Amino acid sequence: MAHGVVQLTRRRFGETMRRDAWWLPPLGAFVVLSSFLVYATWAAFQNANYEYGPYLSPFYSPLLFGPSPHAWFRSAPAWLPAISPALLILPFPAGFRFTCYYYRGTYYKAFWADPPGCAVGEPRTTYRGERKLPLVIQNVHRYFLYFAIAFLFILASDAWKGYWFADASGAKHFGIGIGSLVLTMNVVLLSGYTLGCHSLRHLVGGYLDRMAGRPVRRTTYACVSCLNRGHMNWAWASLFWVAFTDVYVRLCAMGIWHDWRLV
Amino acid sequence: MTAPASAPGAVDAYTAAQAVQDASVGHGARSFRLWRGADGSGAFTDYTTEVNEGMVVLDAVQQIQAEQANDLAVRWNCKAGKCGSCSAEINGKPKLMCMTRLDDLPADEPVTVEPMRAFPHVRDLVTDVSWNFRVKPRIQPFTPRAPDAPDGTWRIDQRDVERVQEFRKCIECFLCQDVCHVLRDHHLHDEFIGPRFLVYAAALEMHPLDVADRRSELKEDFGIGYCNITKCCTKVCPEHITITDNAIIPLKERVVDRHFDPLGALVRLVRGPRKP
Repeated sequence: MAHGVVQLTRRRFGETMRRDAWWLPPLGAFVVLSSFLVYATWAAFQNANYEYGPYLSPFYSPLLFGPSPHAWFRSAPAWLPAISPALLILPFPAGFRFTCYYYRGTYYKAFWADPPGCAVGEPRTTYRGERKLPLVIQNVHRYFLYFAIAFLFILASDAWKGYWFADASGAKHFGIGIGSLVLTMNVVLLSGYTLGCHSLRHLVGGYLDRMAGRPVRRTTYACVSCLNRGHMNWAWASLFWVAFTDVYVRLCAMGIWHDWRLV
Repeated sequence: MTAPASAPGAVDAYTAAQAVQDASVGHGARSFRLWRGADGSGAFTDYTTEVNEGMVVLDAVQQIQAEQANDLAVRWNCKAGKCGSCSAEINGKPKLMCMTRLDDLPADEPVTVEPMRAFPHVRDLVTDVSWNFRVKPRIQPFTPRAPDAPDGTWRIDQRDVERVQEFRKCIECFLCQDVCHVLRDHHLHDEFIGPRFLVYAAALEMHPLDVADRRSELKEDFGIGYCNITKCCTKVCPEHITITDNAIIPLKERVVDRHFDPLGALVRLVRGPRKP
């Protein structure tokens, strides 16, 4: 430190005078995020059971290529290796979450112990923060946001299609199944998370010092700020639900769960 | 005192009942472990003192100072949570001693009180926070635009200025600096100005009248990239300023605008710079 001053001795890893269960939130985050990562990776490599009737798993949406009625194109270009379609699209939502300001603070604590908790000793003496490579790349968050917003429209379209069931003749009729509600809830929660993003808050008006005379910007900024205040809750709820949506579609496709039709 | 012979055990019952009542309103003896020492060295010393309902940690520390440890060094001033002088670490958490009620702390274990760890230790519970006062002048000061009216006055929409009003609540207790691991554990005082001064910079940078551009300084000189958004500063702020979400992240985004967004730079090149 400057000026040759003397601080109290640096605490060792995990050392603290805190009496509360400071380790519980990072441990919970570690368990939940690890579980999600393991499940999402497994599901992405399955390349099967990702659709059931009008439902399409969000891990595989948009389905770019394939014979499925959900696919945008019938066949993949010849140069594209034969990989699971999920692997083509999952890097975008994954990148959005990985660079999210909330998740960054959370996984730096949970996975890297930097710090393990507030006022708790750290394992390393060196620190680069997000100033230099590799973590300076976190600044691309707004670019992942652009993709995430596009994905919201796609998932909303999937949810809408989830209300149209084909009969034996192939004609489609409006109906409501549990899966329709699951897909709709998925879009609602992902929208709450994405539209409360710190980068979006900046881009819709946060960069301005004055919003007087700009009522649309002011209202938009207020709405995004409102969602932003609950960003943590939206982040966890949407993470859980997107995984659950995949589980629901997968288990229905495997014949383990039955999709109840309400209407 | 001896118990009346006619009612053996009655005093014990009374005493027990009194003790229960005292405990319920916070009366009784409490144990404290205070850091004693100078210039970075020292150790915890145990004290016991009588406490009453409504007492805060600073009351107990002053009582110990008056009755048992006249040479105990402790800094305090307003006792109302507004001067920011009595910052310390209570049971391991950065807090104001004058705003931490004893009945909010576990009664069955000693209350530990230590000096802040991000700053040089002077003596006992006192640290030298003067580094903070040397940081502040490095930040480009308030630079208003030309006056809006011929009489030299400005017009500001109240809603525009409300955003920075939150930052003006800061009492400069430096608890946010203390808990920030960049300063506390990594001692990067020469490269990082800490959450307190990022809030100060945000109050200037987002002010509707200010026209100075501090983004390059924030990146290069003030080390905003060191902040890894742990939100510890927000959690300890006694004024409940949303430091991370409302000050630091918006500043990080402004730095991204200036230094890390080629697409945005291209748009600005084509459309011209954004109006502030």
